Amino acid sequence: MVDNHETILRLDDVTKVYSGIVAVKHATLELKKGAVNVLVGENGAGKSTLMRMIAGVEKPSLGRILLDGQEVEFHSPADAQKHGIGMVFQELNLFGNLSVAENIFATREITRGLRGIDHKAQVERANHFLDKLDAGISAETMVEDLPIGQQQLVEIAKAISLDTRILILDEPTSALSAAEVDILFKVIGELKAQGVAIVYISHRLEELMRIGDYITVLRDGQITGQAMVKDIDTKWIVRSMIGSDAKDFSKSVDHKLGAEAFRAEDICLPRKTGGLAVDHLSISVRAGEVLGIYGLMGAGRSEFFECVIGAHAHSTGKIFVAGEEIVAKDTSTRIKKGLALIPEDRQREGLVQVLSIAANLTLASLEKFVKLGFHISGDREQSAIKEAIGNLSIKAPNPDFDVTSMSGGNQQKVVIGKALMTNPKVLLMDEPSRGIDVGAKADVFRTMRRLAGEGLAILFSTSDLEEVMALSDRVAVMSNGKITTILDRSEATEERIVKAASEGHKSAGNKFLEETAP
Amino acid sequence: MTTATATGKAPAADSGSILLTLMKARTFIALFAVIVFFSIFAPNFLSTANIILMSKHVALNAFLAMGMTFVIITGGIDLSVGSIVGLCGMVAGGLILHGIDLQIGYTMYFNVLEVCLITLAVGVVIGAVNGLLITKLNVAPFIATLGTLYVARGFALLSSDGQTFPNLVGKEELATTGFGFLGSGRVIGLPVSIWILIVVALAAAYLAKYTPIGRQIFAVGGNERAARMSGIRVDRVKMFVYMFSGFCAAIVGIVISSELMASHPATGNSFELNAIAAAVLGGTSMSGGRGTIGGTIIGAFVIGILSDGLVMMGVSSFWQMVIKGIVIIVAVVVDQAQRRLQQQVTLMQLAKKG
Ligand SMILES: Nc1ncnc2c1ncn2[C@@H]1O[C@H](COP(=O)(O)OP(=O)(O)OP(=O)(O)O)[C@@H](O)[C@H]1O
Ligand SMILES: [Mg+2]
Repeated sequence: MVDNHETILRLDDVTKVYSGIVAVKHATLELKKGAVNVLVGENGAGKSTLMRMIAGVEKPSLGRILLDGQEVEFHSPADAQKHGIGMVFQELNLFGNLSVAENIFATREITRGLRGIDHKAQVERANHFLDKLDAGISAETMVEDLPIGQQQLVEIAKAISLDTRILILDEPTSALSAAEVDILFKVIGELKAQGVAIVYISHRLEELMRIGDYITVLRDGQITGQAMVKDIDTKWIVRSMIGSDAKDFSKSVDHKLGAEAFRAEDICLPRKTGGLAVDHLSISVRAGEVLGIYGLMGAGRSEFFECVIGAHAHSTGKIFVAGEEIVAKDTSTRIKKGLALIPEDRQREGLVQVLSIAANLTLASLEKFVKLGFHISGDREQSAIKEAIGNLSIKAPNPDFDVTSMSGGNQQKVVIGKALMTNPKVLLMDEPSRGIDVGAKADVFRTMRRLAGEGLAILFSTSDLEEVMALSDRVAVMSNGKITTILDRSEATEERIVKAASEGHKSAGNKFLEETAP
Repeated sequence: MTTATATGKAPAADSGSILLTLMKARTFIALFAVIVFFSIFAPNFLSTANIILMSKHVALNAFLAMGMTFVIITGGIDLSVGSIVGLCGMVAGGLILHGIDLQIGYTMYFNVLEVCLITLAVGVVIGAVNGLLITKLNVAPFIATLGTLYVARGFALLSSDGQTFPNLVGKEELATTGFGFLGSGRVIGLPVSIWILIVVALAAAYLAKYTPIGRQIFAVGGNERAARMSGIRVDRVKMFVYMFSGFCAAIVGIVISSELMASHPATGNSFELNAIAAAVLGGTSMSGGRGTIGGTIIGAFVIGILSDGLVMMGVSSFWQMVIKGIVIIVAVVVDQAQRRLQQQVTLMQLAKKG
């Protein structure tokens, strides 16, 4: 391997053991200064674990960490930070009840001696970093009022503000759309030029090809391949990741579409800050149809889904499933009537962290396993769990373990499995492929096609253009709470979708367009 | 080593389940310690008579602690149980002694079974009031149940003007006799209250493990938002746990009055604290989502044996308080340390193998 970058940190033959599983096995990895070090691997391959050891969250069970050639030991993330190592974790780590500025400067508040925290200076500095990312967020907003994508930007701003020598980004773009990713890449480029060593983990392969310099492939906790990004292609990545070529997830044989299965009429949802998050939205989907909803961040896709499932008591409008109006506003009735939602934020809305993998999977469909009106039949439940784990190839060493002991992507699969277990007629999927690897993506997409073939109506949202084009029968583009365009698969082109997505958008979207439009 | 696979039931599952069993056994340590200690230092501690007497004391706390466990698992707290005990005792005593005066020169009397059912209903209704305050009016559980603590105690005192309802033997001609059976009767050698405890505990443990509502209690405490998004009727689950807690408190009210054959309005004062202590000793997490009925019962035994054992040793009641407090803290600390230790042991074993 030719390289002209200096090594800043070296993991020397490290192993990490969790109760019941070896997450990383004898891995040796060098991080290069002034370069983007990319890490890829299937869900549960051990990428996050490896990085958590560098960031001081976990200690290696065996092996050493060398920083600038010196052996170091980190006892806490604060310790690692002192050595100039910062990390954006896969799952968000923000305080919802604090403002963006307070989050960014948590534990290193700007103070004025005895007069306490200098809030004004903090807000100013925070705004500086947010502007750099073109986040369109005011530093005084409460974090819990932000959609998950913007929260991710806050996390990134926080990491950048640390001014570190090593910056680890663990799936930083999983909730970002193309425009924000572009801006992030510009910032990464600047940091690179300043000599920062960057670690970048993502399941979006084209991102890796664009931004990466060095690439390391992990498989079952072992490093199975290392190369310069300029020498390889995505096929190589997939092959070294899963050992075979990518499974094709594009359209299978066409099936006939049935009658209308789902209709939303005039859905409105007021925003906290005034205006409408969902603006008189109406749409209809037929049985067997897959409708992709594309939009930039803040377009109102998640809010629309939440209105449909009944998570917002003050939303208005009508919902029909198979022609029958659903008057009940509460989520449980709507699920019983055949609606199911896979939420975007799996930590807050998808999983019950203290429960086991098995209990999470069956949580929404318990009555399916009930005998005599109250008794959960263990056998029936077990076999259903086994089936779901098999169908979605969830990598779970033991279904009775806590759900948080799994890797991020596998947790996502549990959320998907939970929704499918309710046997829905209409499936709403909010960024279903968030954080899952190429192989699993193909599995999920094939499952979606199969379900559509069985007569389900599927609405899914995504920020991935390629995904929406490959998977949808129709593409609806949302912007500012409205559907701006609906395109048939035959007439959908990337340009038309991107153009429609930024219509009526003021913030990041427009700037992006002005810069890139021909 | 074990490579996790989708179905991976192989070695990983085994070591995992061993760990899980170990974790479950951890609550026994404190119980074992107090039993050994008192059998050495307190005379007659292990005599049958003493054991039965102690279990009757333990039973009272265990009822409350079971109700409390469910409440704490949902992430709430029920401070009102002690007062419900007092009020329900007064309701039972009042019904037996005075019946209900219908204001038309006629008084209605109930037999013992009816009295018990009405009293239980009162407990459940107060629980329902707690539940409604918490779910519909969004009052924090601590505050809502603190309020009902005072209200229920106030009504208990008002019902008799602060006096005791004495001598609840009832009258043959009104068919109100036989109330004492619950408190002092025996069936196959065991006190009736112990039988009731066994039935309620088995039912509660079954409920927690094998019914949808049980699962949902844990889910609500673990992540309320995710529970709601999964279609769980969160409000209903919360209503249920507070009503069950009220139900358990009513049982205790009935049993105490029946044991004493009298109802005193101050009965049950600060019982809620013992119930919380038992639940926490038994491994219930105050932040919600974790806990077991079995653990709580063991916790109740630890606290009960400790109080009775100290009395038998002749320790002054002031020192009893100090010791009880220390034991509660130490038990929880040891429990935490033990958990960490167990994890480390498994880690080392695995590292050796791998
Ligand atoms: N706290 C934990 N306890 C037990 N096992 C864990 C824990 N954290 C991670 N693991 C296990 O370690 C393995 C590696 O997990 P890791 O999170 O590093 O995967 P990953 O490569 O980041 O996957 P993803 O792409 O899904 O994020 C997984 O099999 C996971 O189950
Ligand atoms: Mg990860």
